[in-house]
Amino acid sequence: MTTKLPAKDVVIIGLGWTGSILAHELTEAGLDVIAIERGPWRNTATNFAPNYAQDELRYRIRHELFLQPAQTTFTFRNKMDQGALPIRNWGAFMPPNGVGGGGVHWNAETWRFLPSDFVLRSHLTQRYGSKFLPQDMTIQDWGVTYDELEPHYDRFEYLCGTSGTAGNLNGQIQAGGNPFEGPRSRPYPTPAQQQPFSHALFGKAAAELGYKPFPQPSGNLSQAYTNPLNVRMGPCTYCGFCEWFGCGNYSKASPQTTLLPVLLRKANFEARDLCEVTRINTDSTGKRATGVTFVDASGNEFEQPADLVILSAFTIFNVQLLLLSKIGTPYDPVSNKGVIGRNFTHQTISDVESFFDKSKFIFNPFIASGSIGMCIDEFNGDNFDHGPHGFVGGGYMGQVQTNGRPIQTAPIPPGTPKWGAKWKDAVRDNYLSALKPGTGVHGSMYSYRDVYVDLDPTYRDRFNRPLARITMDFHDNEIRQNAFLTDKFAEIFHAMGAQQVNKIYRKAPYDVTDYQTTHLCGGAIMGTDPRTSAVNRYSQSWDVTNLFVMGASNFPQNAGYNPTGTVAALAFWSAQAIRSRYIKNPGPLVHT
Amino acid sequence: MRTAAARAPIVRIVAVLAVSGCAAVSAGVRAATYGSADQQNFAQIERGRYLTRVADCAACHAGVDGTPFAGGRPIETPFGVLEASNITPDGATGIGHWSDEDFDAALREGRMPDGSRVYPAMPYPYYTKMSRADVLAIRAYLNTIPPVHHAVASNQLPFPYKMRSLMAVWDALYFKEGEFREDASKSPEWNRGAYLVEGPGHCGACHTPKTSLGGDELKHAYQGYALQGWFAPDITDNEATGLGRWSPTDVLEYLKRGHNKFSAASGPMGEEVLDSSSRWTEADLRAIAGYLKGLSSQTESSHPPAAGDPVMTAGAAIYWDACSACHKADGSGVPYLFPDIAHAPSVAAREPTTLIRVVLQGAETTATDEEPTAPQMPAFGWQLNDAQVAAVITYIRNSWSHAAPPVTEREVRSARASLALEH
Repeated sequence: MTTKLPAKDVVIIGLGWTGSILAHELTEAGLDVIAIERGPWRNTATNFAPNYAQDELRYRIRHELFLQPAQTTFTFRNKMDQGALPIRNWGAFMPPNGVGGGGVHWNAETWRFLPSDFVLRSHLTQRYGSKFLPQDMTIQDWGVTYDELEPHYDRFEYLCGTSGTAGNLNGQIQAGGNPFEGPRSRPYPTPAQQQPFSHALFGKAAAELGYKPFPQPSGNLSQAYTNPLNVRMGPCTYCGFCEWFGCGNYSKASPQTTLLPVLLRKANFEARDLCEVTRINTDSTGKRATGVTFVDASGNEFEQPADLVILSAFTIFNVQLLLLSKIGTPYDPVSNKGVIGRNFTHQTISDVESFFDKSKFIFNPFIASGSIGMCIDEFNGDNFDHGPHGFVGGGYMGQVQTNGRPIQTAPIPPGTPKWGAKWKDAVRDNYLSALKPGTGVHGSMYSYRDVYVDLDPTYRDRFNRPLARITMDFHDNEIRQNAFLTDKFAEIFHAMGAQQVNKIYRKAPYDVTDYQTTHLCGGAIMGTDPRTSAVNRYSQSWDVTNLFVMGASNFPQNAGYNPTGTVAALAFWSAQAIRSRYIKNPGPLVHT
Repeated sequence: MRTAAARAPIVRIVAVLAVSGCAAVSAGVRAATYGSADQQNFAQIERGRYLTRVADCAACHAGVDGTPFAGGRPIETPFGVLEASNITPDGATGIGHWSDEDFDAALREGRMPDGSRVYPAMPYPYYTKMSRADVLAIRAYLNTIPPVHHAVASNQLPFPYKMRSLMAVWDALYFKEGEFREDASKSPEWNRGAYLVEGPGHCGACHTPKTSLGGDELKHAYQGYALQGWFAPDITDNEATGLGRWSPTDVLEYLKRGHNKFSAASGPMGEEVLDSSSRWTEADLRAIAGYLKGLSSQTESSHPPAAGDPVMTAGAAIYWDACSACHKADGSGVPYLFPDIAHAPSVAAREPTTLIRVVLQGAETTATDEEPTAPQMPAFGWQLNDAQVAAVITYIRNSWSHAAPPVTEREVRSARASLALEH
């Protein structure tokens, strides 16, 4: 039996970053909002207190803050002619779960995409000609520009207190910042974090090689900060338990540390945790959402009617819920028609591991934060001439070593035995003097016709719904891009004085067991043409205009940066359109 | 002004809506007024609403289900449990039938309409300082709230305390009836502050030490007292244990926002800020701050443990591991986020009740409109044993500017038992 609940103005599916931002913005507009979250409530002092949060086994190895595959998972295959199998232990990415979503466990690397990233196809076509792009590459322009998003990037950074050094202030290039970034309207709210020895050494070597190194923009704050909502954050303690962990010191930007304290005081906001939305309901025309159906932890089913539906779950769950709710045309790679599931992407990450003279270099790698690091951006996006190289895309690279946690920080030079006394000796000898950034080369992954998400024909979840199926492999363009970037990256470690540099290239086939990042993107992409995009430039569904889809599922392809800054900017941008236009006049915000 | 005798007969047409097993809310047309209050007297009702906040009547007189003023909330006293009465204008179970004189006598003389004595858990020894006009304004406001039919048996005390007649003796010992008299030599602001602190604000109810019979030890007024598992700290201008290092603005901020650059309100004071002082006018809070800053007191000097004392060495090590990430190595914390325990006076309080409790169990601070963050102290009781808790608290109480008697393992064990924590 389904219990029908009193109608709300807005129902939000998933209370992570974008759900929290939309909840805040729409309650500010006076709307009555309910957020429904699949995972549990999460609170700093209760769920990641500083006296137990630094537990590598519990959080990193056993993934406590993440979705448990036993609850639901995806199936995976590399190629369309293969059978897909369910992922039973997370590897290449870590789907978040619970209030705060990925905002709880992220590193807080808070980047903006390049202006050219938003007009990628037209930019590359103009510079290199249309024949330069691989034939099956399906990259698109976003339909929204950097200049339009700039105020919204700014809002997110000031919400979070982001620590960084501006590289381009209103068109004026600034010393010490990223000279390639788009113009920003004001400096970062807090100065960049201090850099530990190895990170500073990377910056020095990069500068000597002629690059322009700069500190990675960080949501682990360099100093105490009070955001525009009067929520207070503390300074980062450089404990090195950030990525995969919740922050116990109120110093990592998250919904908990920036928005939820204010949101929870509002009478027109309500949240239900441990409730999983099973479908978005539509009326008989299929063109209007009437609300959602969800199931609580006791298995009771509820219908929550609402005038406006915000789909703000993790990338792939957005796509799955659209497919299950029969909203939009499912993507068919054979006919190259349809939109839901199209242009699914991830990231092209590689690394180098370098070994230094232990009598001269003591790096103390445990002094770190999730977004510590010195980076260069010379090889990102289209910041360099791709003409001679025959590939497109790129990424930032940097010494972004975010921890020295004991279980996984076991540096051994190539050739060392994998166990026994010699292994132990090698770890002991190299722990303090070896370097291995978390995601050293943070490469883009562009979209292709045969990389997509659909519903699995075989495997089903506990509600008997088909699992989402990922079909994904690396294409030659990304492999060549990665080889070029990894070689450039390794040169800097040589210049730092490393005795031995071990390049760990990213290679095909795409390996779903090897962690890269959790930056799954696309599948419900934004664009200007309803035939090739699921949502318009305001993240509004082309098909169901009272449905807005948030998050990285909007990205037509993934850039060479971490996505959260852009995800949040799009959420503020969309919220502004809803507040200023949609509420007054519900209906399509873009007419075709 | 109308007299009680001129009251209109009570006529109520009631639609009863049961909201819980024991309480019912009456709604509908209420033609009656109770006492002399004029229901059109907006100014008096508004003033009464404000004074009801200042006197924090709701704190005790809440219904067990949270219904305002319906009564039933158990009030723990050293002598047993009392249940706060129903002060909604319900005729049968509330105070609907009370005359103005009845209401005034209860608040200012500690006498029930039938002549019996009120227990001083009801702070009539403080409310006696209020003016009759203020008392009747509260009455006027209480008349406007929905009557709730909810009978409360207030007296749950064991023998002999359950004998209300004993209170005559108590009153003779401790109750000094009489309205606040202004001190003409002081400023109007000081007098306002004194009136609020000693009268409706009833700060001494928690912050003044009590005799074994629960009367105020007036010679130590406002110098702190342990109750309900917390220590209500010294709020005199004492440099070591009181508000000596706080400016009047720091005091105002604490009461208004629940947080200032030294400290944060939690526990019963957190409730007070939430329900009461965060909603006072800034002028009244400034008056209170000025008055409290004018109260002096002497502290018996305490000798810190000798340097090299193993307890201090252990405490320092535990502090470094467990506390310094937030409170910083020098105890200075982060203003408005993590208390400055190097300077927070409650750290050196005469009794370490609050510190032990907060370390064992953690604490929530109070969120207010100005300070929505409400950071929380995590619990350490599962991680540190009694000796370790004693050591780290002894260290904190004898570091930076503090000097206070050491905390013993036995005190921690006892606190842990009373907090019903397992270890």
